[in-house]
Amino acid sequence: MSAATSAYVFLPRIRRVPSPPTPQLAAEIAALKDFEYAAAATVEEAVSLLAARGDSARVLAGGTDILVQLREGLRSVDLLVDIKKIPELTVLEYSPETGLKLGAATPCYRIYGDERLRTAYAALCDATRIIGGWQVQSRASVGGNLCNSSPAADSIPALIVHSATCQIAGPSGVRELPVEEFCTGPGRNALERGEFLVSLTFPPPLPRSGSHYLRHIPRNEMDIAVAGAGAWLALDESGRIAAARVALSAVAPTPKFAAEASEYLVGKAPTEEVFREAGELAKKVASPITDMRGPAEYRIHLAGVLVRRALTKAAERAQSGY
Amino acid sequence: MATIDQPRSETAGKQYKVLGTRPIRHDGADKVTGRAIYTNDMQLTGMLHGRILRSPHAHARIKSIDTSAAEALPGVLAVCTGADFPDVKDKIAELGEGAVNLAHLSANVMAHDKVLYKGHAVAAVAAKSPHIAEEALKLIRVEYEVLPHVLWVLDAMKDDAPLLHDNVYTEELGGKQSDKPSNIAKHLHFEQGNVEEGFAQADIVIEREFKTATVHQGYIEPHVSVALWNQDNRLTIWTATQGSFTARQQTAEVLQIPVSNVTVVPCEIGGGFGGKISIYLEPVAAILSRKSGRPVKIVMSRAEVFEGTGPTPATFIRVKLGATRDGKLVAAQAYLAYEAGGFPGGVIGPGCMCVFSCYDIPNAVVDGYDVCVNKPKTQAYRAPGATQAAFACETVIDEIAEKLGIDPIEFRLKNAAKEGTRRVDGPVYPRVGFIETLEAARNSDHYQSELTGPYRGRGVASGFWFNVGLKSAASASVNPDGTVTLVEGSTDIGGTRTTVAMQLAETLGIAAEDVIPRVEDTDGVGYTDVTGGSRVTYATGLAAYHCGLDIIAQMKERAAILWDCEPDQVEFADGTFTGPGQSATFKELARRLLETGGGIVGRASVDGGGATNGFGTHIVDVEVDPETGKVTILRYTAVQDAGKAVHPSYVEGQMQGGAVQGIGWALNEEYYYDADGRMRNASMLDYRMPTAYDLPNIETIIVEVPNPKHPYGVRGVGETPIVPPPAAIANAIYRAVGVRMRELPMQPHKVWKAINSQE
Ligand SMILES: Cc1cc2nc3c(=O)[nH]c(=O)nc-3n(C[C@H](O)[C@H](O)[C@H](O)COP(=O)(O)OP(=O)(O)OC[C@H]3O[C@@H](n4cnc5c(N)ncnc54)[C@H](O)[C@@H]3O)c2cc1C
Repeated sequence: MSAATSAYVFLPRIRRVPSPPTPQLAAEIAALKDFEYAAAATVEEAVSLLAARGDSARVLAGGTDILVQLREGLRSVDLLVDIKKIPELTVLEYSPETGLKLGAATPCYRIYGDERLRTAYAALCDATRIIGGWQVQSRASVGGNLCNSSPAADSIPALIVHSATCQIAGPSGVRELPVEEFCTGPGRNALERGEFLVSLTFPPPLPRSGSHYLRHIPRNEMDIAVAGAGAWLALDESGRIAAARVALSAVAPTPKFAAEASEYLVGKAPTEEVFREAGELAKKVASPITDMRGPAEYRIHLAGVLVRRALTKAAERAQSGY
Repeated sequence: MATIDQPRSETAGKQYKVLGTRPIRHDGADKVTGRAIYTNDMQLTGMLHGRILRSPHAHARIKSIDTSAAEALPGVLAVCTGADFPDVKDKIAELGEGAVNLAHLSANVMAHDKVLYKGHAVAAVAAKSPHIAEEALKLIRVEYEVLPHVLWVLDAMKDDAPLLHDNVYTEELGGKQSDKPSNIAKHLHFEQGNVEEGFAQADIVIEREFKTATVHQGYIEPHVSVALWNQDNRLTIWTATQGSFTARQQTAEVLQIPVSNVTVVPCEIGGGFGGKISIYLEPVAAILSRKSGRPVKIVMSRAEVFEGTGPTPATFIRVKLGATRDGKLVAAQAYLAYEAGGFPGGVIGPGCMCVFSCYDIPNAVVDGYDVCVNKPKTQAYRAPGATQAAFACETVIDEIAEKLGIDPIEFRLKNAAKEGTRRVDGPVYPRVGFIETLEAARNSDHYQSELTGPYRGRGVASGFWFNVGLKSAASASVNPDGTVTLVEGSTDIGGTRTTVAMQLAETLGIAAEDVIPRVEDTDGVGYTDVTGGSRVTYATGLAAYHCGLDIIAQMKERAAILWDCEPDQVEFADGTFTGPGQSATFKELARRLLETGGGIVGRASVDGGGATNGFGTHIVDVEVDPETGKVTILRYTAVQDAGKAVHPSYVEGQMQGGAVQGIGWALNEEYYYDADGRMRNASMLDYRMPTAYDLPNIETIIVEVPNPKHPYGVRGVGETPIVPPPAAIANAIYRAVGVRMRELPMQPHKVWKAINSQE
């Protein structure tokens, strides 16, 4: 397949739609502006397509954010570069010795559906299980969740507490970045022109470790986090906390690593008191806005409650070997 | 099964063959196989796609509209603006469940000189594809002079509030008018007894203030219309409507053409709840069709539905109740201010009539205000205006009962409206079943069960809604195989094809499956009012009953011919005709119609009059997370008087659906506006209707106290069940965590705040 002909398909108007379109489909595509679609076959090809178009090109992974945004006119692009067909982008490689390598376009269902990851990366499984319903989870990727860079993205606190590292490909090769440094503002991130996320790597699980991610939403499904918290901790042989990581979502312009709360936990016993205090410390990184999802003071309060609850469950899991 | 039928003694004696059974619905196969034809399925040769340009401002004067660039875009065949609409004078048109000023209707469908809310239509385009139409909208230049806006009813009532209409004056009782234009379009006042004396007799008086939010009906099918304006000036409209005849009337009047030139074809409808009575797209598609000479289809997006069609109003309500120590209500006073939206004519009337409608209160005063604000024109929504009023009244009732130490159901029983009770706005109740619903609630497994555990509480509330009667027609022809084809004009939203067909079947003594019901267009059936006001099973059912009597009379004549006797010698009972020494079943006689003069067509056109009243009582158990304020519904039971449950599954469905919508109002639904008057949550994701994950199974108890005005005792059931839930849930939250919530919705952050400020 040559990139110029088959992988790079020019789409004039709505011609990609089966003809004649069903009335429903015709109505649905009504709001979509013309754009071109290219399915890259290799990382290099994707980089060159993106580099050539700059801001007017976007990556397409599961499309559960980007297609909705295009249809609602929140974003407009001239070119979508589909990365799902690049083999590296959908890998899921795990071993207890080396940890996890996750292709950026791997859909959520493959993550929480993988028995090996259930205990090793429990917070990530928790997060991927609540992103949308199963239809969305069949397409939506963690890479897309991260690169969409919503302050409320559910998987990002989990990625942060699991100490994930981003592998970013660009015109000058591949670079790495700790995931907590990836998001720079609502909808903004560290990717430069021509760059895209190829994979995420996770260190191997520690013994006696456990993690959890939870969020508060007014409904029980189909909702955007008012606040979310991820927690990971590892216990030493005496049952004290040897290491811990706490992160928050939806309470600041980006998901946040709560460094002070995480450090405070080290050396402490995993008690309700300690977790409550960690929750109080975590609130310091919260600087939410008041919007339709809830008032700022409430979101700060929730941050404390959710961190305590996340830590409690993470500790339970660490102790029980879940 | 969640359902417990508790037929009351009155109906126990009456034996029915068809009524009370649960046949498979006649439209079931079409619906489950996806073959039912909705308006969006209409595909006509040469059909164009219309799109509507909407105001980005909450309040602005339109200085100019330049459509030339849009018209020049290849593929665009017509553009229309308010200038294409005839100038209609102020004239009131009755729409069955409410009335409308035609000048306002026209200006709501397409802004003429001012936009009154964000999302108000200002222009429309018809093009060869929806895509081109969308692009063309961007080429229309509208120059606005942005005006200050007002979004909350109490702000709009202030003297210095931005004025929406300079030709709207406050209409007082007796036709008096204010001397200055005002956002307050109407002041209603009802009174009985002497409230001052009443409150003087009271041992306990409680007065509270309440706020409710703007909420949308949330039907799944967005508005869709297809119009074809033919060369002979005949206009055909396929549309999603609750009332084809009212859609015809509104469209004809707005376009100033004779009703007889318009045929409205009601397609299958994906929900309405009162929101599909007013027209929106119909005249726009018609004008675009006239201008282009082609059929035109317009489909709204979900955001357009939220921002451009009728929600039901946000309200401010103050309720004061007085009772004696032994629990008898002696006086009541209410002040209700309801938002009308961009144009006058909201749902304040029924709000005032319903606020105290469950109780027998000798002394009462009610004042109501209809107030314009810069939000979409409000429309009916399932028991329009009653849910807000009940939230206020039923919460105060609960508080009084609690303070007096009386069980909330017992307290209601002591004061329950019954036959002979005069409602504050005048009418005196015939036989109603409120007491029976309270007794059934009290005796229910749910109420008798114990609720344990921290942060858990049980709440109760009651609700009332009218059954409007109104007009319905039906005709039916007897087929040679003994089946009967029934033609009616009521668009079927809640399974009414079946409930109406069942009444005809009962009358004729045949099986429900032997009636083939069809909903016809405005040229195919006699005048029929809207599907609304909980009226179809009652009034169209009444038409079907009379249609059945007409068929029986004609069949007797045929039997008389065959048996060589007089028609009055032929008797009909239990599906069998008997004459001197002869008898024939309905089917046997049907087979012989062609040899005795031809087919038989029965017909009836009825005016159901003011039908009656429906009462319900709901019980809910909740658990509150005290740290997040989130309310989980543990158990829910709805009890309602159905008169006669024609098809119990549909009665249960109405009770469950209404309860679910009420739960949505209670917990999360609201229009969230920013400072510029723009709705920020115009999507199903952010508007937050309850999903299946947010609801328990809704248990139902049907009570049957027959309606004296209907041959089968039928009462309407569709609307009452949305009325009690917000109050029931507020009362349950109080019992769970000790805070009285007086503002809807009771989102987690509000409940959390209330718990927090209490400590
Ligand atoms: C009904 C529904 C419910 C949802 N519920 C939730 C929820 O509960 N929680 C939640 O967090 N989200 C939710 N979402 C949002 C969305 O599903 C997630 O953010 C999802 O993870 C996005 O992944 P995707 O693969 O579909 O991304 P896409 O839409 O394909 O891409 C998202 C963005 O990231 C960019 N991008 C994607 N991959 C890469 C890459 N490898 N390199 C560079 N840029 C890239 C794209 O250009 C785009 O801007 C929901 C969406 C829907 C439609």
